[in-house]
Amino acid sequence: MTAAAAFFYLFSIVMIGSAFMVIAARNPVHSVLFLILAFVNAAGLFLLLGAEFLAMIIVIVYVGAVAVLFLFVVMMLDVDFAELKQGFLQYLPVGALIGAAVLIELVLVVGAWTQAPAAIAGAGAPTPPDVSNTLALGRVLYTKYVYFFQAAGLILLTAMIGAIVLTLRHKPDVKRQVIADQNARDKSDVVLKKVPSRAGV
Amino acid sequence: MSFENGWIIPLLLTVLKSVATLVVLLIIVAFLLWGDRKVWAAVQLRRGPNVVGPWGLLQSFADLLKFVLKEPIIPAGANKGIFLLAPFITGMLALGAWAVIPVAEGWAVADLNVGVLYIFAISSLSVYGIIMGGWASNSKYPFLSALRSAAQMVSYEVSIGFVIVTVLLCAGSLNLGDIVRAQDTGLGMLGWYWLPLFPMFIIFFISALAETNRPPFDLVEAESELVAGFMVEYSSTPYLLFMLGEYVAIVGMCAIMTILFFGGWLSPLPFAPFTWVPGVIWFVLKICFFFFWIALVKAFVPRYRYDQLMRLGWKVFLPISLAMVVVVAGVLQVIR
Repeated sequence: MTAAAAFFYLFSIVMIGSAFMVIAARNPVHSVLFLILAFVNAAGLFLLLGAEFLAMIIVIVYVGAVAVLFLFVVMMLDVDFAELKQGFLQYLPVGALIGAAVLIELVLVVGAWTQAPAAIAGAGAPTPPDVSNTLALGRVLYTKYVYFFQAAGLILLTAMIGAIVLTLRHKPDVKRQVIADQNARDKSDVVLKKVPSRAGV
Repeated sequence: MSFENGWIIPLLLTVLKSVATLVVLLIIVAFLLWGDRKVWAAVQLRRGPNVVGPWGLLQSFADLLKFVLKEPIIPAGANKGIFLLAPFITGMLALGAWAVIPVAEGWAVADLNVGVLYIFAISSLSVYGIIMGGWASNSKYPFLSALRSAAQMVSYEVSIGFVIVTVLLCAGSLNLGDIVRAQDTGLGMLGWYWLPLFPMFIIFFISALAETNRPPFDLVEAESELVAGFMVEYSSTPYLLFMLGEYVAIVGMCAIMTILFFGGWLSPLPFAPFTWVPGVIWFVLKICFFFFWIALVKAFVPRYRYDQLMRLGWKVFLPISLAMVVVVAGVLQVIR
């Protein structure tokens, strides 16, 4: 038990510390890097719970793809941070309200945990002992919840196509490359032009 | 977990195994680096490194000494912490991927159930070393290079992911050892996945070149336009770590190709004199075979233009690999 507990506290402490640094760091690039550290530690906590598939997916999707684009955008922004920090305190009441709501919810969860352990036991679906975590997830997702799973996929696809349609612009005066046309060219339609010196085309 | 009762001895064993893997790996990489330069030279009818040691064999070690003994220069405007962290991340991630690679039956530091996903996760993280190094240098060429690399590596990961999915469909496991065992059909090298999944094998090889920023996809460091890419401001040991990380990642990609498509530690001919050879020797030979091809590609393929690279990734490889996932799944459904 000691080793697992030691790793739990290590991951939790680093995660809470880096989550705090996300909002406390002065440089936004440092903030994103701390966010990435928090994600990696969350993956570590998932591993301790035996959810190895979720742990790896969190690293692949959030750290490997989402956070890269995040970092990409933040690096290219040119923001004056002194100016940004000036109105910081006026959001305090709203922030405090949201924080209080989350705190109350957490207290309720912990309360249910200690008061009625039976309610928690009904909610969780422990991995069957003879199959691996990934196999167990697949069996549930592709049998019982297959329609919800496919619906979620369709919604994401729609969102992706929507984003592409909104941003795609075909300007009429831009010369576009058509690879098939280029490959279909042969020697006969190549034009050699004699360009006089200092005159241009 | 056996970790809980008496965890000191398993811990010591793991540390010993890791150290042994790292030492052997780094020595092999030193000679592969020399081999890379020799192949390159041979294609161009040069001699290549031939001064240090017999046939120049010790060239890599001389280079190592040179890098370590020089002065590391940190630009005045650089973000010092991240500037120094970036090469460490690159080196650490490249070496970390080797924790799950089985070099022979049961010879892996960690035999994970989700080994393939671990490798995929580690290789998707390796873009951070480049982005951080490029941004922290506070210089234009490294920054441009970092932006290029982020787009390039994220694009090619998508098709690598689908190629891996087809192999997983055939093997029915995420464990690297089980994938190799699934290829042990008694047919020798004809039973390995490179034959039934041949198009995916080619796509994986090309995507691996793009993922590790090897020529013809080395637009991240394209010396004709970006000087030396994200490494412009780096010198001595930090530069050495970047280069080491790059080569270890390339050898790692060779190892993954060996496991997914070339039967890992299995003997290519499944009868007596060949099956006596230890699995680890076959594994190293197969890695050398793939590395030789990667070195050849560097020597004779001209560099891609950036828009061509993006087109190849998104408009050619992604549709083909997506279609192949559907085809392979359909065929397996009929066969089984």
